[in-house]
Amino acid sequence: MYNEKTFSSKLKVFMIFGFVPLFAFITVIVIPFLIGIFMTFTNWNGSSSSFDFMGLSNYTAAFSDPVFWTSMWTTLKYVLITLVLTNVVAFALALLVTSGLKGQNFFRAGFFTPNLIGGIILGFVWQFIFSRVMTYAGTQLDWGFLSASWLGDPDKALWALIVVGVWQNAGYMMLIYVAGLGGISDSLLEAASLDGAKFWRQLFSVKIPLMVPAFTISLFLTLQRSFMVYDTNLSLTKGGPFRSTELIAMHVYNEAFVYQNFGPGQAKAFILFAVVAFIAIMQVSMMKKVEVEA
Amino acid sequence: MTTTSRSQKALFLALNIVLLVLFVFPLFMILVNSFKDRVDIVRSPLSLPAEWSFKNYSEAYTTMGFTSALLNSLLITIVAVILILIFSSSFAFFLVRWKWRMNNVILMMLIASMIIPFQAIMIPFVSLFGNLHMLNSKWSLIYFYLGFGISLSTFMYHGFVKGVPKEMDEAALIDGAGKVRLFTQIIFPILKPITTTIAILNVLWIWNDFLLPSLVLVSPEDRTLPLSTFYFFGKYTSNYGVAMAALVFSMIPVVIFYIVMQRQIIRGVVEGAVK
Repeated sequence: MYNEKTFSSKLKVFMIFGFVPLFAFITVIVIPFLIGIFMTFTNWNGSSSSFDFMGLSNYTAAFSDPVFWTSMWTTLKYVLITLVLTNVVAFALALLVTSGLKGQNFFRAGFFTPNLIGGIILGFVWQFIFSRVMTYAGTQLDWGFLSASWLGDPDKALWALIVVGVWQNAGYMMLIYVAGLGGISDSLLEAASLDGAKFWRQLFSVKIPLMVPAFTISLFLTLQRSFMVYDTNLSLTKGGPFRSTELIAMHVYNEAFVYQNFGPGQAKAFILFAVVAFIAIMQVSMMKKVEVEA
Repeated sequence: MTTTSRSQKALFLALNIVLLVLFVFPLFMILVNSFKDRVDIVRSPLSLPAEWSFKNYSEAYTTMGFTSALLNSLLITIVAVILILIFSSSFAFFLVRWKWRMNNVILMMLIASMIIPFQAIMIPFVSLFGNLHMLNSKWSLIYFYLGFGISLSTFMYHGFVKGVPKEMDEAALIDGAGKVRLFTQIIFPILKPITTTIAILNVLWIWNDFLLPSLVLVSPEDRTLPLSTFYFFGKYTSNYGVAMAALVFSMIPVVIFYIVMQRQIIRGVVEGAVK
């Protein structure tokens, strides 16, 4: 059946089914990735024909850049807070839209809506909300914390980004939790309620332990998304005020395309990649352990 | 839940409604203010417009180049998604059915590549394709989406093709079908449910993507909707009414898509995430 003998018949199969996708994959991802590794050890600017090997100096330049560390630290804060809030909100939403009410699909669709719209547009939407609607409401109600735009205050601007991140992703993660809740058999919950377990007890002793796989996926996705966030960052704060909300993805972009530091920029991009891969692998493997016990 | 009481139900419903209102409030504000003039917006952003004027819309429509941005977005998304579907399904068929050693290596490479974020290869990507003069073209962008879309889509198809019994192939081949006909007329139609899921995930990603087109598309006439919204906003930050109308314009197509395809979208997103 599938045992082509001659090289030419094998080649024919490959050309029909495998060549184009493999070629596209290699040219678009693999080759740039390899060039990227190469760039971190040279001072090649991407187009000139001459370059020198620099050893690890691009990495030392990246590590000794205080702006890079500030950005990395801000990103870690952003990721951690967004991760927790998004998943708490998403889980609560999932419980609400599976509680057996009429119109659940309508509510699900509504909570999911922000995910349809691109980050650039969401950022601009919230720029208006923060700078006009909230300040207006703050002045009218005499609420001090709203009367000046959060976007102009280095301490609050990060919180603005967090609000948008949670708002954007909670609906998506809600769907994952809804699927997880749907996977719990009714007979288990019935047994629990016959044993006298009330809402909270059922939640913490039955539902949450059985939903560890859903948490693994959702935390992984939130982690990846919030580490890589660029477009809402760009349209909401542009990294300002005073680069206080320049998250790491934007920092890498600016380093390369605004300040034209290709070598150190690429080194930073690889450090970012390593950090994300490390944290994601740690998270998933830790969660897998919990999963087995549950 | 079997023991939900009436009062609990009422509480849940109320919570649902309050949260939904909070969720859609920002979008509602944009819609309301898109009908007001600049003075009205600054004076009272929360109130409904005194008169519903479409003036902002006509101005936004022409200045943001809505028609051209919409057509570009449609062309790029539709062509790229069709190519991704064709090539990743056939690629998965190839990887599953031919047990060559190379095929395992390819599959591992595809899986490994999925953890590479775009930012990690963006700089060499731009210099490589810049040197090849492949930036500044919609068709190159479509090709790039094919390259970036192959890994996840092939991986998802791979799991599904494995579940298609080999007897299907055998029967078709005995009936005299060639391998191409076997794939196009037997296998691909069986893959329809997963094709819908993969199509939806790719549409949402490509339609809303900003960073890649911002690096690839240089000429204003090639801009996609997110790009034209972005450049438009740079110029119109103080003219709120027109800016709001532009935002509404850029949200309309995907909202229509959502209304038409709601079930498939929600199912597709869940299946895609759980995979």
